[in-house]
Amino acid sequence: MKNNSVIANSKDNVATVCTVIKKGEKIYSEINNKKFELKAVEEIPDFHKIALKDIKQGENVIKYGESIGLATKNIKAGEYVHVHNIESNRGRGDKIVK
Amino acid sequence: MKILGYKRINGTYGIRNHLAIIPSSICASDTAVKISNLVSNSIALPHQHGCCQVGEDYKQTFKTLVGLGSNPNVGAVLVVGLGCEGIKPEILAEEIRKENKRVEMIKIQECGGTLGAVKEGARLASEMARELSKQQKVEFDISNLILALECGGSDSTSGMASNPAVGAASDLLINHGGTSILSETTELIGAEHILAKRCINENVAKKLIDIVNRTERRALNMGEDLRGSQPTPGNIEGGLSTIEEKSLGCIYKAGNAPVQEILEYGEQVPTKVKGLYVMDTPGEDIDSITGMIAGGAQIVVFTTGRGTPTGSPIAPVIKVTGNPLTYKKMIDNIDVNAGKIIDEGVTVNQVGEEIFNEIVEVANGKSTKAESMGHNEFGIFRIGYTF
Repeated sequence: MKNNSVIANSKDNVATVCTVIKKGEKIYSEINNKKFELKAVEEIPDFHKIALKDIKQGENVIKYGESIGLATKNIKAGEYVHVHNIESNRGRGDKIVK
Repeated sequence: MKILGYKRINGTYGIRNHLAIIPSSICASDTAVKISNLVSNSIALPHQHGCCQVGEDYKQTFKTLVGLGSNPNVGAVLVVGLGCEGIKPEILAEEIRKENKRVEMIKIQECGGTLGAVKEGARLASEMARELSKQQKVEFDISNLILALECGGSDSTSGMASNPAVGAASDLLINHGGTSILSETTELIGAEHILAKRCINENVAKKLIDIVNRTERRALNMGEDLRGSQPTPGNIEGGLSTIEEKSLGCIYKAGNAPVQEILEYGEQVPTKVKGLYVMDTPGEDIDSITGMIAGGAQIVVFTTGRGTPTGSPIAPVIKVTGNPLTYKKMIDNIDVNAGKIIDEGVTVNQVGEEIFNEIVEVANGKSTKAESMGHNEFGIFRIGYTF
């Protein structure tokens, strides 16, 4: 199958889909010449992220081989990853105790 | 590689030959626009500042106005002052005149109000515009070009396609001896450790980390979550979840070149050492672009995933999108479709070459879509209160 998603770095635990992926459809990707496929357990909007493996609450979400924030709940492989289940670690003035 | 442009007495080269009409304060902005409306081939830079500012904030606004007038794309300047503002129009004119270009100055209070100022200003401006129209382009080496790198209205495609392609174009320009400026300090938050490794020495790396910490501290000191503004609502709709994700995609614009130095907002880019610079500007596109143009950039490459119409009164802005749908939806605003990387399998380097060729053509005189549409967005980054 033609690739419909991008894994930016081999360390990543999320991929970016290049088209809308409906619930139950598969994503296809390739990293370091290795094929990868995974079934989406919910709809992923185009150019949004899907979890490639289970990510536990409090673990780093990795894209481009770097942390893009922490999981705020347990995320299962194939689930949609966005602001509802990850949060930024930076510029968080709201977390400073006065 | 040789391109065509306007030789300036101070040794720089412009790729446009503007007559800039610069108000020294908000109180003179509307009059500057009225004069510009009367005079073909002039551009006004209306702004909301120049009075009741103090300290570093005042200095930054002054330095920015001087830098804009001094930009190589500006052939001559008319400064319009009210007469009683904080930024004295005669001092602004004198500073710009140091670059050996013709600078005239009028004060509304001394010209008999609006009608007198418009009459006197239009007379001077039309004479200067006719003078500029006689100047012929000459060949100059592309190593004299300073490219401003900007991204705005980003989405997930920016980090996948348009920013890496612009990075390849920036590397090509630097390989030809030219200069690029990466900007938007907010959008280095979470990616600064990667860029720090590319600084030419520890001192430059420390400065880079310092400007990122300073920017992040502004949000922390306000007790606010930066996510109230960064990523923007549009970034989030486009798939970017956090500032770290946005930043990691942003820095691809800077290609692979080493970082030579960190510049303050609007600081003149050194012409002796070419290569990649980082300028401390905000993530807000228009203010960021102004800082780089005040620093001497003659051309801007601007990536966008969501699509923006942004242009600039002084430098041509080449728009690049990595989102194939946005290219179709906003084809009258976007110059280069890097979305081909995603849906047609074209390589990043191929699109990088296309962007580099576009830079050369636009430098030689081709209008960008923002220029065709008459987009002149303009804003100055403030760092203090108005009193």
